[in-house]
Amino acid sequence: MRREFTGYRRESGRIGVRNHVAVLPTSVASSCVARGIAAEAGAWARATPHQMGANQPDEARAQTERVLVGVGRNPNVGAALVVEFGTEDIDAADLADRIARDGKPVETLSVREVGGTAAALQRGRTALDSLNEAAADARHESADASELVVGVECGGSDATSGIAANPAVGDACDRLVAAGGTASFSETPEFIGAEHVLAERCADEETRRRLLDRVERREATADLMGVDLRGAQPSPGNQEGGLTTIEEKSLGAISKGGTTPVRGIVDYAERLPVGGGLVLMDTPGYDVESVVGKVAGGAQIIVFTTGRGSTTGNPVAPVVKVTGNPRTWERMRSNMDVNAGAVVEGDATISEVGERIFDEVLAVADGKRTGAETRRMEEFAITEIHPRELAEVRGR
Amino acid sequence: MKGRVLDGAALVLADGDSVATALEDLDAGREVRDGDRAVTLADDVPFGHKFALEPLSAGETVRKYGEVIGRTTEAVAAGEWVHTHNCESTRGRGDVAAAEVER
Repeated sequence: MRREFTGYRRESGRIGVRNHVAVLPTSVASSCVARGIAAEAGAWARATPHQMGANQPDEARAQTERVLVGVGRNPNVGAALVVEFGTEDIDAADLADRIARDGKPVETLSVREVGGTAAALQRGRTALDSLNEAAADARHESADASELVVGVECGGSDATSGIAANPAVGDACDRLVAAGGTASFSETPEFIGAEHVLAERCADEETRRRLLDRVERREATADLMGVDLRGAQPSPGNQEGGLTTIEEKSLGAISKGGTTPVRGIVDYAERLPVGGGLVLMDTPGYDVESVVGKVAGGAQIIVFTTGRGSTTGNPVAPVVKVTGNPRTWERMRSNMDVNAGAVVEGDATISEVGERIFDEVLAVADGKRTGAETRRMEEFAITEIHPRELAEVRGR
Repeated sequence: MKGRVLDGAALVLADGDSVATALEDLDAGREVRDGDRAVTLADDVPFGHKFALEPLSAGETVRKYGEVIGRTTEAVAAGEWVHTHNCESTRGRGDVAAAEVER
């Protein structure tokens, strides 16, 4: 099993597996311009357009800032340009300072100040070129698997997810943790019905208490809104794939984290530790937002399991797709990276596929492009805090 | 694969589970052997879907992965397809909480 890869050493000490220049809009109002600037520059520039408004309630704004700063600080980012329209509550200069604290080259651009979109595209392009030159100075050096922070995700689950793809990815997570790295999975609504299994694996009482509290809060959100989680969990697609209840989906979902002790649980987009073992993140069940949370937490690579098929990627972190459904592997081959369907067909054991996934993660860390990267699948979304949740948080 | 494969057609994930997962599209009438017992499918069971390994009464818990995944909403015979039409979640039921408030 290989353990080494060549990455980009950052001032922070963390190692990146890509050397992108991020273009981060502070709101929806500067998202189009950010996308335009990056598109004209080339594949090395990655924009994170999102839907957040210029004025959000304080708690929601803080979360948006945490995500944008986190993505800017992600070790796959060599330099960043923060783009504001100019009327946002979020201050671009403040975000830039928080990203630059690690010693990363960061610049800002205000669409209003430079005189509109045409000028912004032009100025942005110039800024990106110099940022790219600065990013190119990064030391390209050998690193060990213990420096990897790998986020694990599932989307478009079906019954094969819990039988093949998730346990195989779990096996790869066990290998990564044994090698000294960090694995992180999330999607708190998908702990419901399986939290007792996770709670038993918590390394300490504090983590156990925090985990159960977070699950209870997610379940209470359904109560708060007077809705039945069954409308969305399992989703209609999950149900078509054979998943009947959230408990069944959760029990299959948690196997993607492997079998090692749960060392901690962090907030959405909060920094994940290097060399931290298995660490959970409290995120919603929406896969794109959940991936973004972990990338903002510093994950350099995402391993994403799917049963029914998913093409989701991310602007700054390579996403490795694993499917346990042999039909999906055949039908969506160009979007898949590792076939765990061999487990369902009896051609490979979970451990054999787990080793393949671990090897693929190391190869991707070393520069191999994933299907999602080749096809420039770069979904980006930030979690909104629902007004009723907000009232709940404030009332606490 | 984790668990026990029945006739190459279905998978029982843990001992004591009351349902098995179809590993291919299975037709009604098919007999699936599980050690000493045999279950005849009462319904078509699509790939990835579940069928009962034993008779379940209404309101009984349904077990997969050695854990509870829900409860039956009606009596289910061995060999019947088990899904949302006869099995429901016991968690995240804001609808139940809301109905209780109204009562």
